[in-house]
Amino acid sequence: MAEVEETLKRIQGQKGVQGIIIVNSEGIPIKTTLDNSSTVQYAGLIHQLVMKARSTIRDMDPQNDLTFLRVRSKKNEIMIAPDKDYFLIVIQNPSD
Amino acid sequence: MFTDEALESISIQSLWRKSQRLEQESRGCQTTEVHSAETDTQAVSTTISSTQTEPQDQATELLWKNHESEPPGLKDFLQRVEDVVIRELVRNSRSHAFDGFQVNWDYSQLVSCLHCLQHPTAQERGLHATSVSWNCTGSVIACAYGRVDDGHWSTERSYVCTWNLSRRGFSPKQADLIIDVHTAVTALCCHPNQPTLIAGGLYSGEVVVWDTSRTQDPVLALSGMSADSHREPVYQVAWVPLEKKGEFRVLSASSEGRVLLWMVDLDQGRLVLNAAYVLVQQQVPHSSVSFKAQGSGTVGVTSLALSPWDSDTFLVGSEAGLLLRCSFSSKTPAAAPFEGQSVPPRAPAVFSFRPCSGPVHSIHCSPFHRNLFLSAGTDGLVHLHSLLQASPLLSLKVSDSYTFQVQWSPTRPLVFAAATGQGEVQIFDLGRRSLRPATTIEQGGAGQAATCLAFNYQNPHLLAVGSTNGTVGIWQLSTDLTEQSPRESSQLEQIANQVAE
Repeated sequence: MAEVEETLKRIQGQKGVQGIIIVNSEGIPIKTTLDNSSTVQYAGLIHQLVMKARSTIRDMDPQNDLTFLRVRSKKNEIMIAPDKDYFLIVIQNPSD
Repeated sequence: MFTDEALESISIQSLWRKSQRLEQESRGCQTTEVHSAETDTQAVSTTISSTQTEPQDQATELLWKNHESEPPGLKDFLQRVEDVVIRELVRNSRSHAFDGFQVNWDYSQLVSCLHCLQHPTAQERGLHATSVSWNCTGSVIACAYGRVDDGHWSTERSYVCTWNLSRRGFSPKQADLIIDVHTAVTALCCHPNQPTLIAGGLYSGEVVVWDTSRTQDPVLALSGMSADSHREPVYQVAWVPLEKKGEFRVLSASSEGRVLLWMVDLDQGRLVLNAAYVLVQQQVPHSSVSFKAQGSGTVGVTSLALSPWDSDTFLVGSEAGLLLRCSFSSKTPAAAPFEGQSVPPRAPAVFSFRPCSGPVHSIHCSPFHRNLFLSAGTDGLVHLHSLLQASPLLSLKVSDSYTFQVQWSPTRPLVFAAATGQGEVQIFDLGRRSLRPATTIEQGGAGQAATCLAFNYQNPHLLAVGSTNGTVGIWQLSTDLTEQSPRESSQLEQIANQVAE
């Protein structure tokens, strides 16, 4: 538990990081640094997006797989590190 | 014939009922029993819609409590991704890959026409819109009517019209106020902080100040026709701020070669001459570029601009293409051919820029950089000048025809608009790599020229464009053309620091 918290703290300490969410493979948030409603929203929507992105990659080449997903927007950038059981979502405003 | 009649009632006891009642007796009933059920109650039913206690906090906390122990594999997962994520976060915060990158999802047009203002009487008579100006609140647009193609003296009557765009019952075909003027109006300028005052210049050389709140006689002050006043058409008027806050004088420029500064005398309803500047050919400074002095005539002034940065400086453009920087505080007496003036004329020119090949119709100083200004004229080019250099920094081809007016955007340092003789208004963005217009406003039919334009300083989304067909178009500009992007000011600074070839 402490190690998990330490890791999250290190990521949160990076420049411009606005929030971190860990989501399990069903799209249910496990850990978050955001408020409840945005966590639920991010988790649900990004889970769908990651699934779609992953299936796109695998459909194009069955030997390939999604390793990292970054979404740049006007206000921030969302980075997603997917894994078999969990996704790590980090929201960063790089110009902060 | 008929009348109401009230008769007293008479009651007679029933003898039959009394006699029958005693004999009635029910033994049994052959009909089925009557069932009764309540369909409605008066009691209030309640449901709880909310409570004042705080809800159990955060789904995640609950989840966390559910797995008292750490979810399996979470630690390993985080250890696996931590390095990657932190590397990307650090790289991203240092990256300049997206600097200045703008995506426009909104494919709607950059410009769209909101209103087409018309004064039917002026249109019937074929008058042109010669000048437009927004008042200081940004809701009233004033338009002057006259002719841009007419060189000879005429006594044709003309108008100044105003429309209040935010008024209820606003109608584009019906001006709120129509001021009748005895001759063509050639210049117009609204007061910088009094919404009802408008300064105007007439074809006859007179300078007028109108007060639109006075419905009977809107003329507040008039220069009249005297030795002091202009004898040729006034091409530009401007309000000059004085050192004392809130006080303004009227500056007017005419093709006879004089720039006059007037004081508004409210008591007498007159404009009193305060200072006179005469531009004489032989007193024009000849900087690096040699200019052939053409006799001892005066320099016909066709355009004028005040510097928002330096209250002593004004810029003048001439019929012969001269572009001069002038000083209000000049003490040099003018070698003037004008007699009988109440104020001794002075020669204001201090610096001469490289002349253009034809009359300079418009000059405008940048609101974002103290040294930059634009000039435009009959050669169809817009020149971007620095006050410190004789040659233009940049010359842009705007039109194959004349350019009548050029003006900087009040909100975007790199954007300006130019009204051309082909009827288009070209909006340029110097931030773009190509020197083609960012967008083009086409107004009016073929053969019509766009004669004047005005950005709205209060509401930067609006641009007014006057045309030779007598209409004034109010155009809406998209945020692309009105919102300053982060590095624009530094780009403008870079342009200003260039050295002209």
